[in-house]
Amino acid sequence: MEVFQSHRKSSSNNVIVSILPFYRSAPPLEVRLEDFEFFAMDRLRVLKGISDGLCRGKKPEEMEKLVVDLWKANMRHPQAVEEVNKDIISHFVLRLVYCRTEELRKWFLSMETTLFRHRFRLESSEAQRALMSEFKLPYKAVSNAEFESVKDKLGQVARSMGQNLPAADAIFYKVPFEEVPDLVSGRRVFIHKGHAYVAMNQVVSLVVTQFRSYISKALILTNRKWTSTIREQEKDRLTPIVEALCTSYLGPDYSQPQEFGEISIKDIDQVAKTSFPLCMRHLFEKVKEDHHLKHGGRMQLGLFLKGVGLKLDDALAFWKAEFAPKVSAERFDKEYAYNIRHNYGREGKRTDYTPYSCQKIISVTPGIGDHHGCPYRHFSEENLRAALVRMGVSSRAVEDVMDKVHNRHYQLACTLTFEAVHGSSCDAGINHPNQYFIDSQRVLQSKNGSVA
Amino acid sequence: MTKEEADNGRDDMVIDVPGQANAVPDGFNANYLRIYYGKLFPHADMFKWMSYGNDGKHPGCDKSYFGRREFSFTLENDIYIRFQSFNSVTELENSIKEKCPFKIDIGPVYSVDPAKRHAYAQSGDNVFTPVERELVFDIDISDYDDVRYCCTGADVCLECWPLMTIAIKVIDTSLRDDFGFNHILWVYSGRRGVHCWVCDGKARRLTNEQRAAIADYFHVYKGNENSQKKISLPGLVLHPFLARSYTEVLKGFFEAKLLPNQNLLASEERYEKILEMIPDASVASELRRRWQENKRASMSKDDINIVRWEQLKSILQSGKQKMQGLRRCVEEIVFSYTYPRLDMEVSRHMNHLLKAPFCVHPKTGRVCVPIDPNNCDEFDPTTVPTLSQIWAHNSCDVFTWQLLEELNRGGLRQDAENEWDRTSLGESVAFFRTSFLQPLLKSCKEEIENSYNAKLQQSKNDLSW
Repeated sequence: MEVFQSHRKSSSNNVIVSILPFYRSAPPLEVRLEDFEFFAMDRLRVLKGISDGLCRGKKPEEMEKLVVDLWKANMRHPQAVEEVNKDIISHFVLRLVYCRTEELRKWFLSMETTLFRHRFRLESSEAQRALMSEFKLPYKAVSNAEFESVKDKLGQVARSMGQNLPAADAIFYKVPFEEVPDLVSGRRVFIHKGHAYVAMNQVVSLVVTQFRSYISKALILTNRKWTSTIREQEKDRLTPIVEALCTSYLGPDYSQPQEFGEISIKDIDQVAKTSFPLCMRHLFEKVKEDHHLKHGGRMQLGLFLKGVGLKLDDALAFWKAEFAPKVSAERFDKEYAYNIRHNYGREGKRTDYTPYSCQKIISVTPGIGDHHGCPYRHFSEENLRAALVRMGVSSRAVEDVMDKVHNRHYQLACTLTFEAVHGSSCDAGINHPNQYFIDSQRVLQSKNGSVA
Repeated sequence: MTKEEADNGRDDMVIDVPGQANAVPDGFNANYLRIYYGKLFPHADMFKWMSYGNDGKHPGCDKSYFGRREFSFTLENDIYIRFQSFNSVTELENSIKEKCPFKIDIGPVYSVDPAKRHAYAQSGDNVFTPVERELVFDIDISDYDDVRYCCTGADVCLECWPLMTIAIKVIDTSLRDDFGFNHILWVYSGRRGVHCWVCDGKARRLTNEQRAAIADYFHVYKGNENSQKKISLPGLVLHPFLARSYTEVLKGFFEAKLLPNQNLLASEERYEKILEMIPDASVASELRRRWQENKRASMSKDDINIVRWEQLKSILQSGKQKMQGLRRCVEEIVFSYTYPRLDMEVSRHMNHLLKAPFCVHPKTGRVCVPIDPNNCDEFDPTTVPTLSQIWAHNSCDVFTWQLLEELNRGGLRQDAENEWDRTSLGESVAFFRTSFLQPLLKSCKEEIENSYNAKLQQSKNDLSW
């Protein structure tokens, strides 16, 4: 097995120039089973944080800062060796987790590439050059003579982008244009006879393309190995961990409503139509229809509304009003108000309960008369189709959603619904009803300039 | 049969042959199409092209190559059949003659014979997927309707056709100088546009992402009816590609041809469109005021459009203008009227089907003939041969007709070549062969040889201890 070199030393100070690995081969280290899981979860937090950032349309500078913060919060270790090992180990574990379907591979590839891109940009230019030669990119630095001959054109390109003219000793790489599609696309390079003249600061593009391509192939290979040998061999040890990792919810718990602050009762009807995920829409509609909800439904919807920003007093008023045709005011105060206050942490052990994640909601099985749980899992095909149509999902999108449902990818089905209803993509995927709500409000707000 | 006998025989033939010039209906006709496919369509040349040198003569040839190419036929009554594939020139020719398609489209080369695609999955290991496809472009003059006043929609005339000519110049130069491609075929689409086929090996093997990058590199004109400003050229100077296009092609054409021919500044309705593009309202008002006062052609003998354009340029380019948006305003105006408007979607994906050259356009009857990019100024879409014209021409000369039949059956005969030359279509086929096909095949053969030798060398190296 290849010996993994985790340190690159610069000639002068014996200082480690860069610790950005390419994940070319699995490290020949012994890993404790717990670390296997914990390292992976930490890295997953980073990737999901990135996914979240992208989903929310953060600009490149914001993403760069986000990556730094996420890495610091989850992956830092005082000893560089340990940090590199955790970096590599966690990557390889997540490869196992995310190699298993096309969707998972696509997501993982996208997030790892983004992570790599930002980490690479943060390296010094010496370190970047060292990394480039490690990657064995067969690109030659442009000779002085050639530089002189194309200097004017290079200058034109720079100025067309609002940058300064290249210095006399600037380094440029001559690269087949096929290798730098995004630079070609944006006319950010001078191209001549099939070669692109890439500036040092654009080198990121080159390396990232290589990285992406490599990881993409590696994931396919990993998947083959997983299906043919690893999964069976490891069924008592690693396999259960790997299978659980993918669905574990690591995101925010939405117990504290943030951006949109408060929602008052009069807003609820409106936002229910536009921004509630199907599970909550269904519960909401049922409350309005039946003037009642059983315990499971009250918990699921009630905590969701709390996360959405409904204050305790408004919540009490809401439920009281909805139940009024069937439950007198006194009975409400006696039998239901307590539980609602309990949910808001005002009673008993004062736990501030957190709204349920998709994972939790999917796992419950509603009984007769119940309306909670995940509709993608529990509705009949006919009912689900009708519900999607009522939400405004086009018939083509309904087919895509149903396809996911048949394959038991309930969260992906909800994500597709989100995308169809809002006309915008959600790369991170839906993991939490409150996330659906917040993302929906964001999309609508950016369209209308106001909260819908 | 001697020529004399043929000439005498011609008198007898006249009655049978429906070829009297007066009686021939215009444009397109399914019967003529059948004869066209029977006698004139260059099946063998198309086959050689699509084989890219894989004719089985060299051990390095891929014998399955041609058979993995998708063709699609549009039959009479709009019946559309996809995933047609053929294993030889005979199969191709027979199918075309038998089905007589109103349109033939060429698709990509797939990983396996398209006829067997159902045996393969869409993803995973055993895949049916495109593996090679020419880099193609489609430019349609109806996308320029907002800048041509002589025609709209499907019509084309010699006033507005030059918009296509300059599009060819801009794109062709860039494909060769910037991207290093050599084997480029430009084809008249038969009615109102042009297609471009880039056939270098490197081009055929481009991924969708790379194609999209090239399309984006060419994407300067971004707009639809709703967007006000369709060209935005920020930056202190233009990228070398845009600068070259402007100075070598667009500026000259706009100022000398388009401006006066389309009277772009002569009337209020038309000059308002240009004034709208000036971000500084005071400049626009100043010009408007001047032009309103000066409604008639003034003292100057020069064309009013040119006079006004000079006034516009002198205000916008004067040193006094400091406003950011004005820096490139003149270029932006020129670009928005003249820069090529490509159909981006056509170029982005490997599996996009594109009409084959030498097809006949069902609405006009015109043959989709190649255009020489080095002489594209001379190309006149209104004189491209139509089916009925070819038929009429050929029916007058049985001798030629017979020779053409020989040609399509066998190889090229020396004397036949001269006869072929005489028909207007013959010129196009000759051009196709000498300017495009022969250099392409030569290059393909070299590629096949080199690749084969490299493999041999590799296996020798592998075997050595």
